[in-house]
Amino acid sequence: MTGLEAKAIAGKKSIAIVGVAESDFGTVPDKTVHELHAQAAVRAMQDAGIDRDEIDGLLSTGGADGLHVLQLSEYLGLQPRYLDSTAVGGSSWEAFVEHAFLALDAGTCSTALLVYGSTAKSDVARRLRSADVSFGARGPNQYEGPFGPTLISKYAMIARRHMHEYGTTSEQLAAISVATRKNAARNPKAVMQDPITVEDVMNSRMIADPLHLLDCCLRTDGGGAIILTTAERAKSLRKPPVWVIGSGSAESHLNMSQMEDMTVSPAVRSGATAFGEADIKPSDVDVLQVYDAFTIMALMTLEALGFCKPGEGGPFVEDGKLAYDGALPTNTDGGGLSSNHPGMRGIFLLIEAVRQLRGESTAQVSDPRIAVCNATGGFMSHCSTIVLAKD
Amino acid sequence: MTNEHRHLPQVDTESEPFWKAAAEGRLLIMHCKACDRPYFYPRRYCPRCWSDDTEWRDASGRGTLYTYSIIHQNPMPPFREWGPYAVVLVDLDEGVRMMGNWDRSVDLDKLAVGMPVEVTFEAYTDEIALPRFRPVES
Repeated sequence: MTGLEAKAIAGKKSIAIVGVAESDFGTVPDKTVHELHAQAAVRAMQDAGIDRDEIDGLLSTGGADGLHVLQLSEYLGLQPRYLDSTAVGGSSWEAFVEHAFLALDAGTCSTALLVYGSTAKSDVARRLRSADVSFGARGPNQYEGPFGPTLISKYAMIARRHMHEYGTTSEQLAAISVATRKNAARNPKAVMQDPITVEDVMNSRMIADPLHLLDCCLRTDGGGAIILTTAERAKSLRKPPVWVIGSGSAESHLNMSQMEDMTVSPAVRSGATAFGEADIKPSDVDVLQVYDAFTIMALMTLEALGFCKPGEGGPFVEDGKLAYDGALPTNTDGGGLSSNHPGMRGIFLLIEAVRQLRGESTAQVSDPRIAVCNATGGFMSHCSTIVLAKD
Repeated sequence: MTNEHRHLPQVDTESEPFWKAAAEGRLLIMHCKACDRPYFYPRRYCPRCWSDDTEWRDASGRGTLYTYSIIHQNPMPPFREWGPYAVVLVDLDEGVRMMGNWDRSVDLDKLAVGMPVEVTFEAYTDEIALPRFRPVES
């Protein structure tokens, strides 16, 4: 990083992440979805060393209730003046960081809590939800739902097109699963820790061609929480602040027929905005967290953010550089492919990025200064990119 | 093969002409007369210019396979009874893209991105027939 770039970052240190935590995750049959929210929130509060009464902003989506953020405020015994329940899928948490930044910067609130909880795995055992959700063939979805496109098949169609245009192979996609599992092996909380090979991925059963079982994320229970506050308040808290120095969001489509170029993630636009705001380029990024619901999602995000050229994601990942000891340490907690995936995983990207910048990761990279999180929501429908820096 | 289907389109005032034509074996798309461009899926207002000077037009039913996936796991009926089945995205010759299923009477091995395909309709009720795509018969 040049001196000028360091100076630009110094000028952006106005809002910080000061507390992060996961709830129990994996299989958690003994806790309700509300309890997981509360557990994550309490742990994040303790991590930050901040008083709950200071929280006057609450940002959350998902949950189990209509008017979720109202139910959650009540359950937590909060009456925040700033509420946000943006629902754009797994990238909602990165969008929330962007929104919380604006609210904190404007003085609309002074301390913001982002909190997530899901019992996606245990609900299946309780028969509260099916393994595959039906969205109902009404409205615009009447032109797609009747054909039975599963969530995985939507990403599989994207992968198929990427393979057709660029010659990307299943083995290259598998290399992402292998590197991510190597990272998970360092994380005692990761649900899957046993090493796997490209052959293991290739030999795992086909779910939606060309995506195999091991190209797909886990289904787990779990939650997480993040606390953001102002530079002034961050000064006297327990942990070193992690600064939000850039953010960007971009929308693309929801019906798959409306995704114009299936080889391009909306991260092209969210990343350009965030990197521009932070005045960084890909080579400045020391550690990366990208949403990996499916291997193709991670691969296309690498291309979109400029770590490699469009179409070159396959050759880029096949040498294992995404492992914590590789050239581009990515998803160092084990990602959605191997650590956890309760449904909308974006918050865990932020938690791991903050831990890396604090030096607290289980797969710690040597003295990282800049971390980037890029989350993808829906069916490659929405991306938010967040750039984080430490002092 | 029974033609039960729990996820048939819920026809509404915007979509009624599309499904009525489909039941008669015709594929309709919409065209904006204000910006002179076709679009899919059907909706009253043009998604590009917001004009309501839009109309239904017959489509040729021919196009190119943009991408597909062969689905091996879907626990929901009727799809779970279909065995491996394919969802396809087709670029119609008119310049719009739509989703459909691969005609289940055609071998899945024949699927190839870029191949010419044509629409056929599979009836489920008197009112609803769903578009299926198959290789263009030479």
